Amino acid sequence: MQQNPTLQDSKTPPLQPSNGLAIEARGLSRRFGHVVAVDALDLTVERGRIHGFLGPNGSGKTTTLRMLCGLLRPSAGTAKVLGMDVAHAAEAIRRQIGYMTQRFSLYEDLTVIENLEFVAVVQGLPAKKRRVRLDELLGRYGLKDHRRQIVGTLSGGEKQRLALSAAVLHEPKLLFLDEPTAAVDPQNRRDFWETLFDISDGGTTILVSTHYMDEAERCHSLSILDVGKLAASGPPRRLAETLGQRVVEVETATPREAQTALHRAVGVLSVAQIGTHLHILVDEDASDPVGVVTTALRDAGLKGQVTSAQPGLEDVFVAVTIARRKREAARSAA
Amino acid sequence: MNSLRRLFAIMQKEFRQLKRDRVSFAMIVMIPLIQLTIFGYAINTDVRHLRAAVSDESRTDLSRELIAMVAQTQVVDFVGTASGPRELEQWIKEGRVSVGIVIPFDYARRVERGEDQPAQLLVDGSDPIVGQAVMQLAQLRLPGVKATATSRNAAVEERATAMTSPVSRPIIPFEVRLDYNPERISAVSIVPGLLGVILTMTMVLFTAVAIVRERERGTLEMLITTPVRTAELMIGKIVPCIGVGLVQISIILCLGVALFHVPIRGSLVDLYIAGLAFIVANLTMGLLNSTFAQNQFQAMQLTFFFFLPSILLSGFMFPFDGMPVPAQWIGELLPLTHFNRMSRGILLRGATLSEIGRDLWPLAAFFCVVMTAVLLRFRKRLD
Repeated sequence: MQQNPTLQDSKTPPLQPSNGLAIEARGLSRRFGHVVAVDALDLTVERGRIHGFLGPNGSGKTTTLRMLCGLLRPSAGTAKVLGMDVAHAAEAIRRQIGYMTQRFSLYEDLTVIENLEFVAVVQGLPAKKRRVRLDELLGRYGLKDHRRQIVGTLSGGEKQRLALSAAVLHEPKLLFLDEPTAAVDPQNRRDFWETLFDISDGGTTILVSTHYMDEAERCHSLSILDVGKLAASGPPRRLAETLGQRVVEVETATPREAQTALHRAVGVLSVAQIGTHLHILVDEDASDPVGVVTTALRDAGLKGQVTSAQPGLEDVFVAVTIARRKREAARSAA
Repeated sequence: MNSLRRLFAIMQKEFRQLKRDRVSFAMIVMIPLIQLTIFGYAINTDVRHLRAAVSDESRTDLSRELIAMVAQTQVVDFVGTASGPRELEQWIKEGRVSVGIVIPFDYARRVERGEDQPAQLLVDGSDPIVGQAVMQLAQLRLPGVKATATSRNAAVEERATAMTSPVSRPIIPFEVRLDYNPERISAVSIVPGLLGVILTMTMVLFTAVAIVRERERGTLEMLITTPVRTAELMIGKIVPCIGVGLVQISIILCLGVALFHVPIRGSLVDLYIAGLAFIVANLTMGLLNSTFAQNQFQAMQLTFFFFLPSILLSGFMFPFDGMPVPAQWIGELLPLTHFNRMSRGILLRGATLSEIGRDLWPLAAFFCVVMTAVLLRFRKRLD
């Protein structure tokens, strides 16, 4: 799939970033009244990467994206997008980014082609290129048969593909996607990610927010957000590796009893039942995670096979949120 | 060049959306249609068709002719005949009638003797407008009595002429309106005012909703992430609405002429120029409204916040010169005040724009000030 990331370059001299970073944020914060939505966030995204924002609802993902798009002013901190300061160069940034909002934000009462034509003109796509580009997008995103269809009557997956084509229509260097797969089924999600990799191959940097672990795992790098704070960041695999041996699995005939017993055990952070297995995260201070779990089961008079397991992103997420709760508890105690 | 293209794209989009939005489309036509019909017939400052009853104890040709003459004025409609003055008083007390005419048994004799006030007029004074209207009516003589008397003898005619008749036609509103509205139909003077009132309501709401709806549906977030400029967005929203406003003016004028025989004494071009300035002023007000309103309900409330003083202080409801001076100051700030003067001048008095053009400049000033406020207030941001 061919992408031409130098469309803007033909009109304006390329704005050279200070380094190979597409996004660089320091201490980025945003308050709404007394609520701190984003709290001193540091973020670096290298060019050409797919960077994920992982976090539950209300963790500040959308607020951060909006600040990076220049839609919200940071209460504190600075951010450079494509080498330009969001506080001063919002308009220049807008010409080079694409933004797919969380909520569908094209006109439901216009047809597919009317929407795309509108966005094309507003984005300043030259008239000569417009027709070719729109045909190309309609073909690539499977919307050719829906050209003249009123957008309000499209399915969730079709709307999402339309929203994506509108966001990449002007061949942005940086693409912001805010929970793009929230309204689509798993098959469409897989296809959608294939498309993202195609776009990424063309040289576009992508910042995508999600609360799906499987999507987060596909990103080149990841920032885990928790109540507005950066909880962890790095490539998904390395994040998981930081947990070392702390994940333990138990196979037992009495999973409910074992779960109750383990919940009470010292050193056990979380227990989740997956089928007949128990998936357990052990405290980082424990030197022998398998030993901790074995002892706890024996003390409760239960039998089970305890093995060390490969940590996943979900474990990272759980570890991060629990660590935060512990810090908060310690602070309120002091 | 790009700027013009973007402006055109926004206008095209607005037209397309309007074309498909049947509710809005119906509103464009139905609001002026319904409002004009209802207000045109209902707002009536002439007192006519007051309910009246008569107690005729004379039962002569003269008394019956007096009743017929009073009925002909249309100031009152006879809804009943009472058995005597007592019953008439009771009916007025109960509010069943506003006016009672008492014709005593010796009425014919008194008229022929040339006595003053041979009959009596009972008036419900609790409604000052009714009281005023009927009291004016009472001060005038009835030509019909004279005519009746003529056929009898000259002496009676003389006395009848000298008589202060209890009933006659109201004369003061007639005199005032003689030049422009001889039939004393309120609608003729109401329609030019209604033109402005209806436009104020629809135009302010239209642009306010045009922006707020984009905010509500989330499309504004997409729009402000593009290189589109605020001025392009605002002008692109205004222009299609101007077309809507001009269509509404045409509907109101056609209806006014067809239903109420409103004269168009001045030039239509002048009227449309005045209308255009007025429409644009109101549309920018709607845009300003949209920079405050977060949803369509708030936009509606804010529109009413602007609409009410416009109706009350523009001279539409009450004569402008009769208002307290501070109220006049506020009135001068409102576009409707200036448009009312122009539309009445052009339609009813046949004035030209050069004669009443001094009311165009306040509209232009209103547009400049409000548009500046809009451009300063509207930010391509969500905070």
